Amino acid sequence: MISYLVFFACVVLILGLLTLGLNLQWGFTGLFNAGVVGFYAIGAYTHAILTAAPQPQYLGNLGLPWIVGVLAAMAATALAGWLIGLVTIRLRGDYLAIATFGVAVSIQLVALNWEPLTGGPQGLTRIAKPLARLFETPFAFNLWFLGLMIVIMAAVYWALDRILMSPWGRVLKAIREDETAAVALGKSARRFRLEAFVLGSTLMGLAGALYVSFIGFVSPFDFLPIVTFQVWAMLIVGGSGNNRGALLGALVVWAIWAGSGVAVAKLVPPSRAAQGAAIQVILIGLLLMLALLFRPRGLIGEAAVVSRHVND
Amino acid sequence: MIAQAIADGILTGAIIALGAIGVTFTLGIMRFANFAHGELLTWGAYTALIVVAFAGPGTPTGPLSFGWQLLGAALVAAAMTGLAAWAIDALVFRRLRRRGAMPLTMVFAAFGAALVMRHLIVLVWGHESRYYTRELQIAVELLPGVRVLPDQLFILGLALAAMLALHVFLTRSRTGMAMRAMAESPVLAQVCGVEVDGVVRLTWIISGALAALAGVFTGLTPQIHPEIGFNLLLSLFAAAILGGTGSLAGAVAGGFLVGLAESLALLVVSPGYKGAMPFLLLLAILVMRPQGIFGDRA
Repeated sequence: MISYLVFFACVVLILGLLTLGLNLQWGFTGLFNAGVVGFYAIGAYTHAILTAAPQPQYLGNLGLPWIVGVLAAMAATALAGWLIGLVTIRLRGDYLAIATFGVAVSIQLVALNWEPLTGGPQGLTRIAKPLARLFETPFAFNLWFLGLMIVIMAAVYWALDRILMSPWGRVLKAIREDETAAVALGKSARRFRLEAFVLGSTLMGLAGALYVSFIGFVSPFDFLPIVTFQVWAMLIVGGSGNNRGALLGALVVWAIWAGSGVAVAKLVPPSRAAQGAAIQVILIGLLLMLALLFRPRGLIGEAAVVSRHVND
Repeated sequence: MIAQAIADGILTGAIIALGAIGVTFTLGIMRFANFAHGELLTWGAYTALIVVAFAGPGTPTGPLSFGWQLLGAALVAAAMTGLAAWAIDALVFRRLRRRGAMPLTMVFAAFGAALVMRHLIVLVWGHESRYYTRELQIAVELLPGVRVLPDQLFILGLALAAMLALHVFLTRSRTGMAMRAMAESPVLAQVCGVEVDGVVRLTWIISGALAALAGVFTGLTPQIHPEIGFNLLLSLFAAAILGGTGSLAGAVAGGFLVGLAESLALLVVSPGYKGAMPFLLLLAILVMRPQGIFGDRA
């Protein structure tokens, strides 16, 4: 039970990073990224290709150290976010959603089909885990990884907090609320949007690298469009525009997902596994719609911010 | 080779066009990108499957692999899916509209609706592929080197007939004109006394019905599975945006162009990347001409 809770907490923190990345893009800047899973996959595959144990049939599998993989994953996702953002950032809301959705579908196809680099449908195994040699049992490693995740999450959360309170963060909100007014004050909406898009994508790439270095292998079937919808459900259920809400959403939605998975495994015979998994997805879809209908601000919505000079 | 690819492209283009009409109407009249539209195709395909399970696909008529029963099933599926689309609007989208939710909130709701709709199908039928009929057909040689199945030609004719009927409806009837007016400018249409609720209801019913036909036709060539609609979603969006939102002629032309582009692309890229073709096309349109080839509004 304890070992399961540790595993569960690690996954929630990884998904929490994804949700924080999306919150920066959507919650604070109003960018509708419907391709979250694409950036997650770029981070995951970059880390896997750079750090997996060498094998002759693959182009990559360079066997580099864990930390190199993580940093390179963030750099690669930032670069991808910048390139994709350059082309798509000026599109209006739902067109941006359609374009980024297409980006994610295409990235998954590359992962599935470019076998010499990505391992194709088999994926890649023996990916570098942080300091894995020091831990004898999987449980000890998971415990250490949880500690590592808590430190990373705390650092990311603190940094985002500082960034969003800074003048840069306030410009993001200003553009989201009233683009014309912000542009009239001399802020380049396009540049700030692009920067927020790249920064959010970088977080998603970090999450991808951490995910594969936690489980030790990468498979293209972990990066289907449904992940994007799950992360959106987390953000909306938790409360977009609020980082605590985003993390709470990740916890609540993943608890429902994992909890219903356990219940389904107990109640549904293995021959009906597909049906059982379908029930889990239906619950997430219902949760998303019910949240929009009955609690549109989420569990913890965005706090109203009033200038501290208001009473002067 | 090229002639065959063009023939294949026209045949899939007809199916994409049928689906894209609904997407372009929701974009134009309801003002949001309906990510759940692909699931209406799937629902249509499975509704027809239920009817076929009871009535059978019919004895093969002439060169076709099915009889009149399958046509009846397609019509039942169109009616049921039209009603289902309207019911989903009443349950979810209308409530959000009434509350004054912004269009992007509708897209989130569509994410949720898509997950629920697709997996309800998995819940009932599982992931296995299913067939309306197991009859084998012999391809006919239409031109030298161009082979098509009689079923496909029949589908093409039926799809064109449905589009023509819709065109006549939109241009000749008062309700059709009201729909076009809503797509042009919702505010202006309301000022002119267009009954918005009625137009919205009709839009969903027509979108759902055409989506169902597209779903049944996809299922006929040759199989049905829970992802048939979702896999077409990007092509539908590409066709609708290519044609310019809210325009019937645009969606039809966009559908054929996307079908042709996908089919011709297969001559040069490996089939594994076929799913990325509508996206590349879409990106090119969005960058170069966001109002669509036939649209005049930004």
